Amino acid sequence: MRRRDFLAGLAGSLAFPAIAQETLDPLAAKIAKGAPVRKGRVTVTLPQLADNGNSVPIRVTVESPMTEADHVKSIHLYSERNPVSNMANFYLGPRAGKAEINSRVRLAGSQHVTAVAALSDGTFWYDAAAIVVTLSACLDES
Amino acid sequence: MAARIQIPASAKKGEIVEVRVLIQHPMETGYRHDDVGHLIKRNVINFLSCRYNGVEVFRADLSSGIAANPYVQFFTVADKSGELEFYWIDDEGKQGSERQSIQVA
Repeated sequence: MRRRDFLAGLAGSLAFPAIAQETLDPLAAKIAKGAPVRKGRVTVTLPQLADNGNSVPIRVTVESPMTEADHVKSIHLYSERNPVSNMANFYLGPRAGKAEINSRVRLAGSQHVTAVAALSDGTFWYDAAAIVVTLSACLDES
Repeated sequence: MAARIQIPASAKKGEIVEVRVLIQHPMETGYRHDDVGHLIKRNVINFLSCRYNGVEVFRADLSSGIAANPYVQFFTVADKSGELEFYWIDDEGKQGSERQSIQVA
């Protein structure tokens, strides 16, 4: 191998270490009971970096008119690395007016957080956001 | 369990209002040990609901993945003057509730 090719290859492999994962967490897929869970319509907002995993603000918004005929039924939050993967389920309805939830979660380490939304028409949508957690939420003793 | 719930005191009919709920609770994960090495039992608020004049507008199942002193913010449409009733329960069976009234013009 030529030195130039080798260096080009090395630079490419270092550019984005496995953080750009775009597949759905298999645990999160369970909620749909086999129905397809598509990416889109849902937006998860997390800080890029959390100094402390004990309280991380999270916002989930879903594009939906929130009418009687077309609304978000529920929003489910999943963590990749927490001992309890399903962090919370929120049940909304047409009376919500706006499909948005804000809360604070505990995160045990750097990971992807997934939100799955179940819509009234029977479709499921998701989004995932990556976060770097410097100090994990208390699992191990210190 | 002390709670701090914030909703606007008045709103126009059909307006989307923000509801903020903050409950004082340790949200024990069940993974921590006390000073003598015994596991501290899990104790989290596992259910939270909001009823607007008796009709449920929001409900949540929480777990140990939610931070201590759980904070939840959501929205609802101001429909009629009346009361928003909040209710929650933890693993020990301790219940809490709170009422807030809203004036809709």
